[in-house]
Amino acid sequence: MIPTALTALLSHWRCNLLQFFAMIAGLALATALWSGVQAINAEARASYDAAAATLGEGQFDQLLPRTGDVIDQSTYIELRRAGWQVSPVLEGRLRTEAGSVRLVGLDPLTAPGTIAPVGMQEDANFDDFLTRGVLFAASDVAESLAATVTQRVIVDPSIAPGVALSDIGVAQTLLSAEGTLSRLIIASAQPIGLPALSEVAPSLVRQPAQDTGADRLTDSFHLNLTAFGLLSFAVGIFIVHGTISLAFEQRRSVVRTLRALGVPINLLIAMMISELIVFALIAGGIGVAIGYVIAAALLPNVAATLQGLYGASVAGTLQLRAEWWLSGMAIAVLGTGLAAAGALWKIAQMPLLASARPRAWAVASGGTAWRLGAIAALLFVVGIGVAIWGRGLTLAFALLACVLISAALILPLVLRGAVGFANQHARAAMWQWFWADTRQQVPGMSLALMALLLATAANVGVSTMVSSFRVTFVDFLDQRLAPELFIRVEDEAQSLELEAILLTQAREVLPLLSTETEIAGVPTDLFGVRVGPTYRENWLFLEETPNVWDRVEDGRAVVVSEQLARRADLWTGDRLVIAPNLMLPIAAIVADYGNPLGQALISEAVFHELYPDLVPMSFGVRSDDPTDLRDRLTTEFGVSETAITDQSRIKAFSLGVFERTFTVTGALNILTLAVAAFAILMSLLTLASIRVPQLAPAWALGLTRRKLGQLELIRAVVLAMVTTLLAIPLGLMLAWVLLSYVNVEAFGWKLPMYLFPGHYALLTLFALLAAALAALWPAIRLARTPPSNLLKVFANDR
Amino acid sequence: MIARALLLILWLPVQAAAQGFAGLGTDADGFAVPTPNPVFDFPKDHGAHPDYRIEWWYLTANLTGPDGTAYGIQWTLFRSALAPETREGWSDPQVWFAHAAVTTPDSHLVAERIARGGIGQAGVTVEPFAVWIDDWQMAGPSFDEVRLTARGQAFAYDLGLQAKGPLVFHGEGGFSVKSAQGQASYYYSQPFYEVTGTLTLPTGDVAVTGSAWLDREWSSQPLADTQSGWDWFSLSFDSGDKLMGFLLREDDSMSFSSATWIAPDGTTTAYPDGAFTAKPMTWHEIAGRKVPTEWAVQLRDKGIDVTVTALNPDAWMAVSIPYWEGPITVQGSHNGRGYLEMTGYE
Repeated sequence: MIPTALTALLSHWRCNLLQFFAMIAGLALATALWSGVQAINAEARASYDAAAATLGEGQFDQLLPRTGDVIDQSTYIELRRAGWQVSPVLEGRLRTEAGSVRLVGLDPLTAPGTIAPVGMQEDANFDDFLTRGVLFAASDVAESLAATVTQRVIVDPSIAPGVALSDIGVAQTLLSAEGTLSRLIIASAQPIGLPALSEVAPSLVRQPAQDTGADRLTDSFHLNLTAFGLLSFAVGIFIVHGTISLAFEQRRSVVRTLRALGVPINLLIAMMISELIVFALIAGGIGVAIGYVIAAALLPNVAATLQGLYGASVAGTLQLRAEWWLSGMAIAVLGTGLAAAGALWKIAQMPLLASARPRAWAVASGGTAWRLGAIAALLFVVGIGVAIWGRGLTLAFALLACVLISAALILPLVLRGAVGFANQHARAAMWQWFWADTRQQVPGMSLALMALLLATAANVGVSTMVSSFRVTFVDFLDQRLAPELFIRVEDEAQSLELEAILLTQAREVLPLLSTETEIAGVPTDLFGVRVGPTYRENWLFLEETPNVWDRVEDGRAVVVSEQLARRADLWTGDRLVIAPNLMLPIAAIVADYGNPLGQALISEAVFHELYPDLVPMSFGVRSDDPTDLRDRLTTEFGVSETAITDQSRIKAFSLGVFERTFTVTGALNILTLAVAAFAILMSLLTLASIRVPQLAPAWALGLTRRKLGQLELIRAVVLAMVTTLLAIPLGLMLAWVLLSYVNVEAFGWKLPMYLFPGHYALLTLFALLAAALAALWPAIRLARTPPSNLLKVFANDR
Repeated sequence: MIARALLLILWLPVQAAAQGFAGLGTDADGFAVPTPNPVFDFPKDHGAHPDYRIEWWYLTANLTGPDGTAYGIQWTLFRSALAPETREGWSDPQVWFAHAAVTTPDSHLVAERIARGGIGQAGVTVEPFAVWIDDWQMAGPSFDEVRLTARGQAFAYDLGLQAKGPLVFHGEGGFSVKSAQGQASYYYSQPFYEVTGTLTLPTGDVAVTGSAWLDREWSSQPLADTQSGWDWFSLSFDSGDKLMGFLLREDDSMSFSSATWIAPDGTTTAYPDGAFTAKPMTWHEIAGRKVPTEWAVQLRDKGIDVTVTALNPDAWMAVSIPYWEGPITVQGSHNGRGYLEMTGYE
């Protein structure tokens, strides 16, 4: 019995190959988008890590000489013999014919795990690097370097411009610095029971790892991308839902016949469930594979960078990891289950002798639209409730789900309203027929249009989110890393001396005067700033009052971080007690993503009054040619090489890494639209066969097939237009929820939202184009329908 | 990075013919090769032999706490040469690495160190005797009286070792054959160390006493190309007799075996291939592979028919080139304890 029943059930798909294809393809595409986003997320994360590793300096504590810029190698050996896990670095300038190269020597045997300075390639090996001397250099200096040194020079694109890397021994020889080191990197994992650093190496000073705050920003970015991945999957599920509902409607007669022949309903349902699971697994498998291809195609740069960083041993970093397979498969099966649950429920409830005539799926009554509208309204109310009273990340996502689902469900009603409105204003009979016909088609296309709505909304939301994030990130970098060079000093005398030198050499000198204190009960870093063009031009505020910097400069106001303001429950205009005898109004609030300490900025003069003994221990320096300035400071003024940090390089590198992720999300936008277009194509193709009887009379009354085809195309574009117009506010709402709500719940701070009307216009255009492209083939098919097919309608008319 | 560095160091000089565990079974271009009938020169030979490719100072100890709990510790310094010479400074081709471990019945703590010779971070001196890498060291006025220290992120130990017997030479007077094709190494041991000292564990300090076994071995090609790994046993019986035996597993599942019987006074009997047998009885899954942690060990000639069981089957050395090494208990015709090392299980 089972094989026969199964054959009968499966024959449905044989007779409806297009439907079968639509279901498998829809599910596969949905899974592909999901796993593609996952892949991009994972790889983007890896590439940030790689970037951080190359920058290296920031992520580990370091030991630097208390005075001068040389550490004796014996100090390193003493530290190692005392158990301290430190790794030596030697840096210096190497003169070549074409100028100077910054040579960095490392010991790969002791360098902490994540520092991967050497782009080991096929033609170099460790033995060479250690004992024979190989230099890895940026392409701009490799040639002149090769002419200068006897060692082999290998070009490595992952190395920063103007820099070459070598083994520490080679560096000592080339820099004529035998037995000396510049600094020591302290591994984060240390053995137990170590003696104090000050006992073993009193001549060295520990410099803590630098935290730029970029980690916290990227975490938020990844969370938002994951939300986007889920949304993309939802778009796909709409397609699958549409196809499965239609297929099950059409199978009602088979089910009735089989039951009449004695097949138990439970067995039938079980068979259909197993069938769907098999389909889901096949489609899921295809989807994961496609997702991998998408990610691989979008990520050549990321892969290339990783290769450059880690060499051939981890080539092809983009791997089909087990968790992608599992999550891809799981989400495909889950999605199918979600899409099929309703259809199966209806089959299960169908009376044994019910009419087998497929319910008019494509011309479902307006009652359905109203019912959906009512559910939408309900969800919307729930959403508002969540927004007002809800707390926590889960509820934030629940709010997102409410907003999206209610918007999707209300779409048929909105479309009906729009079409009805157009109908009332149509004069010509043809247009009246067109609108009436469109209105009748809305239910049939509504699932596809819902997919388009969600796809477009997702795109609007994500491009808003990503672009806002980019603006924020660039601002943040501009603000924090504005000075091209940072120079550190050891003591008061050096501070005064260096400031005097810098004032003659640099465009702008920014002494970093700070102290840790407590303001309004919040542990806070208090800064004394020298207000100048850098602050005026680069600092953006969350909230500000007029003439912020003028007032700060005059000692009449203070700028505080968002954290301090929120925790002290004060805002701009409120007065803040900074010290027992100093109370200043808050002139502006500045974002300081995730910093647990508060931040307050007052003028240098006021700071000196409060803390007359404090001198700046580091300086930011503005310069149009930081490399040249750095050279002059080290060669002419004897500033230690290790005391200078080149911020412009760090900034350029970080921006480059982020740009790549932004490009990738742009490409994903187009892909989601493609999936939505596919949904439209499938529903139009499905409708086409059902619609012949409705078109035949119009044709008989004199509309040419060509004209009918054109109208078909216009209809698709009009419906897409209405959908897209609804999608833009929905997308903005989505972005708002992600930035202002999800982010606050997840990370405790708000990402500012910026609007990009140009983007949205372009997206609308893309959405219309996608709809038009999807409708093109069905329209052409309609225009070429043989007249005999149209005539048959009348012949078969009962 | 360290893991990769180490792998590269060990693999690259021999990558053309890399076969066998850790690439040890290769030709010895430029490196000295062990020859039969060695004449040792002590204390000089307690030091390094840089013209040989690989060398080790390999110490294992079976210890007991005040409450009778059994512990095991391992302290190993390896020397791996990229070229058969030494140089001053960073360009020295001698690379040193070390493994330290503490095994308790329910935990196994491991640490690893890597360093280059030539700069003083790691090395060996003979008089006074000192073998060190970073702050880990085995040092004392002589080879017979040393203090042994090591520490990792979660453990440390500080032990005093006193030799109570003579050196023991394996194979033919210290020339230990490793395959039917004639691969060999120089190999002697000091299995008579008495130990007292302190283990520092996450739960606190433990005073311990026990016995230790130090292996000294150097060669340039100790394995044949077809050998994939080894199982090495050091057994100390309650009778005072000791047995060292090893199997070198061949690719075609045949093994090459060798053993040394050590009487309480240090006199030795060397056994050729086949006399010593060890068969896995229980396999334990760890780190994604199966490793035998219970063995049936026999040496007919001395009436040895015992079952050897790991004190802690999870004594996996998760280091750059991972392997299993841990204390064992011996039961059967003779009772006692010892150490087991197993390499090359994939």
